[in-house]
Amino acid sequence: MTRVLMALGICLWSSLLLAQDCNLTLSGSIIDSHENTALEGAVINFIGESKIAYTDLDGRFEVDALCPAVYTIEIQHPLCNTMRLEINLTQDTDQTIYMEHHLEALNEVLITGQSYKTQSETLLNNTVGLQEIELYSSGSLGDVLNTLSGVSSLNTGNTVVKPMINGLHSSRVTIINNGVRLQDQEWGAEHAPNIDVNSAGSLTVLKGASTLQYSGNAIGGVIIAEPRRVLLKDTLYGKTILSGGTNGRGGSITSELFKGYENGWYASLQGTAKRFGDFEAPDYVLSNTGVEEGDFSLRLGKNNIKSGFEFYASYFQTKIGILRASHLGGASDQVAAINGMEPLIIRDFTYDIDVPRQEVTHITGRLNYFNRFEGLGKLNLQYDVQYNQRFEFDVRRGSDADRAALDLELTTHNFVGSIESKISSDLNLNYGINLSYQDNFADPSTGVRRLIPDYEQYTAAAFAIADYRLNDRLLMEAGLRFDYTFMDVFKFYRTTFWEERGYDEEFEDLIVEDLGTQILTNPQLEFNNWAATAGFNYEIDQFTRLYFNYSLASRAPNPSELFSEGLHHSASRIEWGDLRFGSEVANRISVTLDRSSEFWSFTIAPFVNWIDDFILIEPTRVLQTIRGNFQVWEYRQTPAFLTGVDIDAQVKITDILSTTAQFSLVKGYDQRRDLPLINMPPASINNGLQLTLPNFYSFQTRLESQYVFRQNEFPDNNFTVFVPATQTQELVDVSTPPDAYHLWNWDASASFRLNDRSDLNIGFQITNILNENYRNYLNRLRYYADDLGRNFRINLKINY
Amino acid sequence: MKKNVLLLFALAATLVLGACSNDDDNTPTEVNEEEVITTATLILTPQGGGQAVTLQTRDVDGDGPGAPVVTVSGDLMANTTYTGAIVFLNETEDPAENITLEVAEEDDEHQVFYIPSGSLNVTVTYLDADGDGNPLGLAITVDTGDASTGTLNVVLRHEPNKPNDGTLGDAGGETDIEVTFDVTIQ
Repeated sequence: MTRVLMALGICLWSSLLLAQDCNLTLSGSIIDSHENTALEGAVINFIGESKIAYTDLDGRFEVDALCPAVYTIEIQHPLCNTMRLEINLTQDTDQTIYMEHHLEALNEVLITGQSYKTQSETLLNNTVGLQEIELYSSGSLGDVLNTLSGVSSLNTGNTVVKPMINGLHSSRVTIINNGVRLQDQEWGAEHAPNIDVNSAGSLTVLKGASTLQYSGNAIGGVIIAEPRRVLLKDTLYGKTILSGGTNGRGGSITSELFKGYENGWYASLQGTAKRFGDFEAPDYVLSNTGVEEGDFSLRLGKNNIKSGFEFYASYFQTKIGILRASHLGGASDQVAAINGMEPLIIRDFTYDIDVPRQEVTHITGRLNYFNRFEGLGKLNLQYDVQYNQRFEFDVRRGSDADRAALDLELTTHNFVGSIESKISSDLNLNYGINLSYQDNFADPSTGVRRLIPDYEQYTAAAFAIADYRLNDRLLMEAGLRFDYTFMDVFKFYRTTFWEERGYDEEFEDLIVEDLGTQILTNPQLEFNNWAATAGFNYEIDQFTRLYFNYSLASRAPNPSELFSEGLHHSASRIEWGDLRFGSEVANRISVTLDRSSEFWSFTIAPFVNWIDDFILIEPTRVLQTIRGNFQVWEYRQTPAFLTGVDIDAQVKITDILSTTAQFSLVKGYDQRRDLPLINMPPASINNGLQLTLPNFYSFQTRLESQYVFRQNEFPDNNFTVFVPATQTQELVDVSTPPDAYHLWNWDASASFRLNDRSDLNIGFQITNILNENYRNYLNRLRYYADDLGRNFRINLKINY
Repeated sequence: MKKNVLLLFALAATLVLGACSNDDDNTPTEVNEEEVITTATLILTPQGGGQAVTLQTRDVDGDGPGAPVVTVSGDLMANTTYTGAIVFLNETEDPAENITLEVAEEDDEHQVFYIPSGSLNVTVTYLDADGDGNPLGLAITVDTGDASTGTLNVVLRHEPNKPNDGTLGDAGGETDIEVTFDVTIQ
């Protein structure tokens, strides 16, 4: 009884206390310390009390009936680090509390100033995460991006993989690596982007030209590779991935180490080494298709949230063998190679990389700095320099055998200055300038006439991008960019070519010197290009979002479209450019409907792209030379129209079982001739079934089916040629696409905890399980050999 | 902080401008194709005396738009044995470079094929061989039969399969020269 009384007494006492003194109010605002904006939906939890408050739209909260005491409160927000603080409450208090962004979100804002929001608000960001990238540790950028719908690749063999977005590639796709626009002679169809895929923390593909702060000529789209997040705390961590494959009998190792300090200093070092020998088709060795690569990159910086700087340097070096059987003489060699079921040269497996091969070195340096000025916004300054050295070794005779047939040095200096300001809580503006200088030097000591002439190029650009939040559901975006380009070129023309094209009458004033069989000219070209983007993104309901984007992009012709004039060995054809070309201009409209709910999600993204003065290359005639007959391919400008749709769907069958499906379709037409465009990716369907057991060593396994249709729409570029071996006229079938094919792939992975700080992830993968013989329409070597056979791959990853 | 910004800006500007002003007016040097073969000349000399016949193809602009000029100096005599020698030149260089020497030096990587059309009564026999005893084709004999007309195809292949059965199909490799001569035997 006394106990009951006592309890009652305590209750009474405390309620008395409450009634008497506990009438204080704590109110305040929760503010994002980087953006100085209100944080909505933060949870304020009074530790040891049953009091909880939430911030409203303006970041405000209020808690009443508090006693004069010392309270410990914990503040949580999905984007921020949870924080605790003590408050000694003696009177009604209004306090402003600044919160630090969550580590992951933080970096997006801070590291390079290229947060999500500046990528694109009105185009769906198709992103490949770190986990998927790690799976392709021994592969290339193109291999990873191929996993996204609407992204395919133009291949030369299986090691030169060039990303293609909705049917467009090369100069029409801008690649941004760690804030630097890649300048690596990307015009060449057999030039793969010089990026170590292991240096990227995430890869984003934008199917449209809406990143106007980087470029205005991305008619096809933009690929953005971003490094891993920076953690603003005392930390040291790293990872190492070892990957080995049976096909090519090689592998790769990549390692990364990161050190961060609470005071904002950080540094990271990353390196990759890779080596494969000859790859194999199901029935034979693909001779001379090995690859070697060695890369490293370094980042060093300081980030004070308000201001910061970063120094970045990377070195990329690769040596890529090109299928020996693809190097041909004239059309009669081509007949033999195309009609033969197997490549004409099959040798024993080797790690040696002979001719033909490419050797490329790419060095990048970047310095950037940002500072947030009150009233002005965030100022970003960036200077970057890139040096690209490309050697191509051909099958040559005698003393020239070890000499490169192509030796190009491309140096680019680039400067960007921009300001991101928040005009109001709903309106953001990003504007700035971009200056660059580029120098291409073709070394004459090759003993082969220059494929790309010596030139200097100056560009100056200005851009402005604004996004405006009309209401909770609707966000609008618009941007404008202008580029001025000046090219100062020194080009030797063959006199016969100069006259045949009529240049002798039209461009007589360009002649610097007449050397008899060749003429030295000095074309000085100017291009003015506008780009614009406009769109919105609308939240239809909690699960559904609609994106609409219009973009105008214009691209000055690249050096190969302007100046090509000679034999292209790997294609066994003569290519002629045209000095008279102007810019191509694209108008693209895309709509994306994105729905994601707990059990199923899908994205459907149709687009149309009208391109004026689209530059394409097509065969025009057969040219007789002393080496036999060659088909001549000439560049031409025409109005073109592309359309297509990408569909992604995902269904969660049970907690552990899910299925995915992807479908992509592109159609492209030359409107003047009313013909399909060449090299449009055939329709494809990918289906996957995935089992995930998070509690069982994070085990996951996936079975994938990949069906690629036959491309039925293609221009007929076949021609006939006299073949002395048989004394007959033979058809050279360079057009007919290969048959449809169906591949099965399987992978599985599991993680094991080694100790407190490190874990081991083991992955196993089989591609082309059935060892199917197939040829890919978008592989430039499809005439000569089958694509890759079965491959077993093992991945070991250690995090520490 | 502002000072730092300006400093960085200045640094960047200097680097950019420095690079730009680095623009010397040296015009690039001319490149002449060093390994192109512009001319192939086959001289057939009758054994036992008589008028030699020269068959030539000449393409001075290489893979430029100009077509090769193919000439045959005269007719072959019926039922005669000719000794043939072929010479390859690069005439874009001055003096012309004799590529035949390189072919002879790398005899295991080359072979010249002589393919008469069915209507032409000739037999071609190799007189030379590479280090492995496989035919090379810089020196040949041509035995003519009765009067007839047809074509003689001459093909120089780089890196063919050796030994081969004498057909281009089996030999593979890359074509360095391919020419068709119209030949009359009278």
